[in-house]
Amino acid sequence: MTIGRPRIYMKSPSPLPGFGISLGYTLVYLSIIVLLPLAAVFSKTAAMGWHEFVAVGLSKRAIAAYKLTFGTAFVAAMTNAAFGLIVAWVLVRYEFWGKKFVDALIDLPFALPTAVAGIALTSIYAANGWIGRYLEPHGIKVAYTPIGISIALIFVGLPFVVRTVEPVLKDLGLDVEEAAASLGANRFATIRRVVLPAIFPALTTGVTLAFARAVGEYGSVIFIAGNMPFKSEIAPLLIIVQLEQYNYAGATAIATVMLAMSFFLLLVVNMLQSWARHRS
Amino acid sequence: MFNQWEIAVHRKFIEIIKALIFTGIAIGTYAAHATPTLLNVSYDPTREFYQAYNTQFTAYWKAKTGQDISIRQSHGGSGKQARSVIDGLEADVVTLALAYDIDEIAQRSKLLPANWQTRLKFNASPYYSTIVFLVRKGNPKAIHDWNDLVKVGVQVITPNPKTSGGARWNYLAAWGYAIQQPGGSEKTAREFVSKLYKNVPVLDSGARGSTTTFVQRGIGDVLVAWENEAYLAVNQLGKNKFDIVTPTVSVLAEPAVSIVDKNVDKHKTRAAAVAYLEQLYSPQAQELIVKNYFRPQLQDVALKHQNMFPKLKLLTIDKDFGGWKRAQAVHFSDGGQFDQIYERGAH
Amino acid sequence: MSDRPTLKGRHASVSEPRLVRWLLVAIALAFLCVSVVLPLVSVFSEALRNGVSAYIDSITDPDAISAIKLTLLVAFIAVPFNLVFGVAAAWCVSKFEFWGKSFLSTLIDLPFSVSPVISGLIYVLLYGAHGWFGPWLQAHNVHIIFATAGIVMATTFVTFPFVARELIPLMQEQGSDEEQAALSLGASGWQTFRRVTLPNIRWSLLYGVLLCNARAMGEFGAVSVVSGHIRGLTNTMPLHVEILYNEYNFVAAFSVASLLALLALVTLAVKSFLEWRHADELAAKHKH
Repeated sequence: MTIGRPRIYMKSPSPLPGFGISLGYTLVYLSIIVLLPLAAVFSKTAAMGWHEFVAVGLSKRAIAAYKLTFGTAFVAAMTNAAFGLIVAWVLVRYEFWGKKFVDALIDLPFALPTAVAGIALTSIYAANGWIGRYLEPHGIKVAYTPIGISIALIFVGLPFVVRTVEPVLKDLGLDVEEAAASLGANRFATIRRVVLPAIFPALTTGVTLAFARAVGEYGSVIFIAGNMPFKSEIAPLLIIVQLEQYNYAGATAIATVMLAMSFFLLLVVNMLQSWARHRS
Repeated sequence: MFNQWEIAVHRKFIEIIKALIFTGIAIGTYAAHATPTLLNVSYDPTREFYQAYNTQFTAYWKAKTGQDISIRQSHGGSGKQARSVIDGLEADVVTLALAYDIDEIAQRSKLLPANWQTRLKFNASPYYSTIVFLVRKGNPKAIHDWNDLVKVGVQVITPNPKTSGGARWNYLAAWGYAIQQPGGSEKTAREFVSKLYKNVPVLDSGARGSTTTFVQRGIGDVLVAWENEAYLAVNQLGKNKFDIVTPTVSVLAEPAVSIVDKNVDKHKTRAAAVAYLEQLYSPQAQELIVKNYFRPQLQDVALKHQNMFPKLKLLTIDKDFGGWKRAQAVHFSDGGQFDQIYERGAH
Repeated sequence: MSDRPTLKGRHASVSEPRLVRWLLVAIALAFLCVSVVLPLVSVFSEALRNGVSAYIDSITDPDAISAIKLTLLVAFIAVPFNLVFGVAAAWCVSKFEFWGKSFLSTLIDLPFSVSPVISGLIYVLLYGAHGWFGPWLQAHNVHIIFATAGIVMATTFVTFPFVARELIPLMQEQGSDEEQAALSLGASGWQTFRRVTLPNIRWSLLYGVLLCNARAMGEFGAVSVVSGHIRGLTNTMPLHVEILYNEYNFVAAFSVASLLALLALVTLAVKSFLEWRHADELAAKHKH
């Protein structure tokens, strides 16, 4: 990598070494693993005409599916933001019996194959399941409705929030909080003014990732969704539908729309974050 | 302390390198496999059958040629399996749910000739089946024929024909029934299937998913399924919980088989692959077929087991639906009849 | 993690009233119970429905064993690749300011939002028989799709952002003062990284690797597209689970699934052990 030149691209010079090599390596690896394959998706999509693209990628049915997918992903991400933060806080700050075990459980949603998670959740929330049987008499249907989809997405996204907040919270020494307290701030003010701002970037990252993951999720959702067009049909299922018709271009068209939306959302969040960092 | 960390990192790297070398060797040995190997790319419901048949065939091949042969199986959704073969999964034989999927392989990859279906007897279908109903024990909703499925208050479980090849037969059977009724026309058939799918609360993505929904989750009054799948569900999942109901009219569901010419020539396995498929028509294999609840093609075997398989009027894709290509275009492609059911409902 | 002496003699001013603490723990546990524990319990209860011997039988079946081996091998290759990348990416994103940084970070996150089906399909589009490189590969008899290589690639793609994403927020929070101090004292760049940065990010790195590993072993959708589902050859554990489930062999399916859960617990045990071994060091860091 060109060690001397990268300075041109830098906004502010840094005395630390390794910019060229780390950026170069990152870009090369990124290109091979992510950009090249995604380029294949876009070129496949580009091969189809605009009308065809609109007919598949922006049909009424597809739009209903995008709404459902992004909507349920958002609900799941927000739920994880609230509860994930509490879980991370409790795991870092408090001592209680069985804490190690609880900590170990957090990663499970990643390890369990998504299909297994979907099957397990469906069996729990179906009308004859462990929880479903108590909800059904009250007219609450979870399995085969958007609520069920959200629950599956909460499951797959939870580790993101907890695991991104946890290290930062751990790294955040108690000294700042002590200082704030000794200056007369009450506990609530300390948390709001000192702790939350410090972990906020990590929390946003975690929530964004949980959201991003939820948008693309297929395996766990497919069992619990019910898959009724216009009601509980998620966008990734439409990709499969296109593939079943041997329409690769159609599949990549839907993928492209989803990718563009996710990319835009992620970019906004990342830019907001870097803006917030510069302000502070 | 840092040294420990470094040593750990070094060890890890050495292990990784070892693993890589190991993989290399593994791939090498696979390439240099001594016994000829057939790869049979099939669809989900035939798993139990081919497991048994492979044992039978290896013994037969050994006795006939003195040669050992090993057979590898791949199972999945029929359409997905066909795509894999098109994309380079080097199948020696394909045994899929519908001829349409093999047609697609022939057309898109040119790995086998377009007339593949004429190369073996009975449309290259050594076994067939039909679409029947699985109902809860005692048939509480009195379901006897297709018209009982569109009644108000009956919940029907069937997978999504857009994602499941098997489910397309279910849909076509219903359509065919409606057309066969007095005064039946394309219009009445459309209304009939619309009503039927209005009664479907869950559209699973595959046939076995639907069976699980019906059996394990307890949802629905009737499961529309392949006969062999219905039998399997009853025998595996609950002997005293379900009844099988055979409608008056259904479709002839013919899973098709073929060798993949270019692949067998590349692997030099043509003789074995051809024998593998031809032996499916042998009396022994046909008995195995019956054991796995498919209907056999051989007359003798069929007669022996006629109690198991009630007679009914069977429509065929070629005669009654103008072949798969047309059926696919009219009913299941984007904006086709099936999509319209839901698009009309959405407005 | 519980061995943190700094927290023991905690000052009342940096903690909450007992009731609040109790309530938060209760909320956290209740949430985890419903969202994680219950599905897990249902997996294990299904797996053990027919007793322990049925469980053992299902995980020692030859097809299961070959699936386990393949899964471990794939994780073993994919995780180190992403580990090295993650550190490099985190270093350049968190320690430097340059144009297009937000864009780069977003690209790093992108694989998370790609639907698994597409994550598999992209490799088919590249290396499949009709893909960009397909004809060349076929001419040279190189198998990528429907072979181990394809599975490793799809897994690498899916787990691509984990380590980087885990490190970036922490390294940003830490800033680069310590590194600059080390440099001004005459340490080389590499020494600075090894002696200053690495110890600081060690735990985060570990989390990243564990998550990456867990996800690598559990990935289903993407792998399912590129695997070819050849029994005993290209089936990973999650695919094997699906096969068994579709055979109505629920006990065996959930047994293999529970094994994946157990593998995750083992890696977590390793983490706890490391934390315990280095407890004093952690404490020292927090005192500074």
